[in-house]
Amino acid sequence: MATLGTSHMQAKLVLLGDMGAGKSSLVLRFVKGQFFDYQESTIGAAFLTQTVAVNDATIKFEIWDTAGQERYHSLAPMYYRGAAAAIVVYDVTNVDSFTRAKNWVRELQRQGNPSLIIALAGNKVDLVAKRKIQIEEGQAYAEENGLFFMETSAKTAHNVNELFYEIARKLPRANPAAQPTGIVLNQGANDRYQRRGSACCA
Amino acid sequence: MDEVYDVIVLGTGLKECIISGLLSVDGLKVLHMDRNDYYGGESASLTLNQLWQKFHGTEKPPAALGSNRDYNVDMIPKFMMANGQLVRVLIHTDVTKYLSFKAVDGSYVLKQNKIYKVPATDVEALKSPLMGMFEKRRARKFFCFVQDYDEADPKSHEGLDVTKTTSRELFAKYGLEENTIEFIGHALALHRDNSFLDEPALDTVKRIKLYAESLARFGGGSPYIYPLYGLGELPQAFARLSAVYGGTYMLSKPECKVEFENGVAVGVTSQGETAKFTKAVVGDPSYFTEKVKVVGKVVRAIAIMSHPIPNTSDSHSVQIILPQKQLNRKSDMYVFCCSYTHNVAAKGKYIAFVSTESEMDDPMKELQPGVNLLGPVDTIFYDSFLRYEPIADGSQDKCFISKSYDPTTHFETTVHDVLDLYTRITGKELDLSEKDLSAASAADE
Ligand SMILES: Nc1nc2c(ncn2[C@@H]2O[C@H](COP(=O)(O)OP(=O)(O)OP(=O)(O)O)[C@@H](O)[C@H]2O)c(=O)[nH]1
Ligand SMILES: [Mg+2]
Repeated sequence: MATLGTSHMQAKLVLLGDMGAGKSSLVLRFVKGQFFDYQESTIGAAFLTQTVAVNDATIKFEIWDTAGQERYHSLAPMYYRGAAAAIVVYDVTNVDSFTRAKNWVRELQRQGNPSLIIALAGNKVDLVAKRKIQIEEGQAYAEENGLFFMETSAKTAHNVNELFYEIARKLPRANPAAQPTGIVLNQGANDRYQRRGSACCA
Repeated sequence: MDEVYDVIVLGTGLKECIISGLLSVDGLKVLHMDRNDYYGGESASLTLNQLWQKFHGTEKPPAALGSNRDYNVDMIPKFMMANGQLVRVLIHTDVTKYLSFKAVDGSYVLKQNKIYKVPATDVEALKSPLMGMFEKRRARKFFCFVQDYDEADPKSHEGLDVTKTTSRELFAKYGLEENTIEFIGHALALHRDNSFLDEPALDTVKRIKLYAESLARFGGGSPYIYPLYGLGELPQAFARLSAVYGGTYMLSKPECKVEFENGVAVGVTSQGETAKFTKAVVGDPSYFTEKVKVVGKVVRAIAIMSHPIPNTSDSHSVQIILPQKQLNRKSDMYVFCCSYTHNVAAKGKYIAFVSTESEMDDPMKELQPGVNLLGPVDTIFYDSFLRYEPIADGSQDKCFISKSYDPTTHFETTVHDVLDLYTRITGKELDLSEKDLSAASAADE
């Protein structure tokens, strides 16, 4: 469906939030359409890519999950580096996770680049009876801080695609500055390595 | 923290992070701690404020140098051989996806107070004033031998047993002049002093092959590559690998005291809590002050400049090797430069390093031949640090200690130490040939 003038871009997206808020589950739902009631750890979901098409562009998301390094405040600067967007996740049934989410937003505003798009996601809205944080609360905090806000459920898939597509729509078009310009070492595919004839024995 | 792990790793320097990553991938339960609140230990890349803090106490850097966060100044400056062991480890562990590199523009060598580009192509080699015409022919024969040499194929050995023949004898066989031998030994084989001349030539042959293969890999002006945002990205990338495979990370852990029972290490205590381990405690020398010995001293200068190094064709990244004999020294001196184009300095700024194994007491005087090549500098820091090695191999006390980083400008010795530690800890060799490197490639973003 690529039309003339469609731009292709790549965007690094990072997830942040309290342990168990549902970061990995949101990614797995979005990328693989799966959900596990006992989502074990972050293994496998730590680095996934997914391409989405919005009206004028295809965007390949490079999605980074924290790999548990946030647990003891040991996330590396590399994690935020070059990120175009961040999703800060909290669990609507857990008050502490909302507090932690606010801390992450502050940390991002301190560390990240000023053009970083920050989305706040109140997850697990399927757990209606256990809800502790009302939608208005999340909404108000997001508005105060210029974040974009959605309530989600990785379990029912409620608003999960919408969350990622909305980020895709908000990404600034044609921002070459954010694109890395280096070489990525990789394996196999599009092999451009050619053994140059020996300098001396030619 | 009061848990039992297979392995506890202390310090998040590059070596420790690679080990941590490899062990986690192997399925071991790893706890990785650092006393600092940042990754990288001795091999971190510092921001401008951190740099000022380290060398000037609390002083604020001058505004003319630009924004603090634009700087990632390596504390252990090195380039990576494009086909070297570190790249193999990166590909083996699939850590490459977290990193992005740039080819290094050129490698230079000092000869009679002038610097010359180490030829990277046939054309450059023909034009290079480093050798005369006849010597070039002799050298060409020598390189043919090296190129074709295959350990497994006796036909390629031309009647020589390079596991016994010394490098000196090998060079003599091809009638190479002393200047050529110095050039090949130091600028291509990257030997640090002249002891290699009387050792079996196999090592030198392999080093020259590595140089040639690395040069061919990206077709750049040198065999080296360098990561965007500085070398501090490397430990972070391996730490992430370790974490993805279940490794637990704790920074800002003061003390990290290794606990012993009957002379064997059993746990690590920090802030009153003790984590136990069953297999090994791994770490850099600073966590094992009783179990290491001093083996040398490195002196270095770090300069921030507003121009590239003169006489390097305005290169944004270069290495210059100053062979020991050119300076009447015992060990080589190295100059290393990268710039804002590698996201390690503010726009328009260059970072240059001069380093060597110390042979005298005055770092300023000792480094002068290298610093003289830099031209005017905005600011310069001088520094020296002791190099340590472990006294024992860990088989008795379960303490597996890395060696301090040496002053070479590449990572080959670093990775050897890591692979050696890995083998001592696990009893296994890490098979880096598993994924065929020749299939690996570079894709431009
Ligand atoms: N009911 C419900 N459970 C969810 C939802 N999202 C995640 N979970 C569950 O919450 C638990 C934690 O989810 P994860 O995705 O592992 O959370 P995380 O943020 O990645 O956690 P860490 O990796 O430990 O930091 C798992 O048991 C999930 O099944 C949701 O939308 N609804
Ligand atoms: Mg997770």
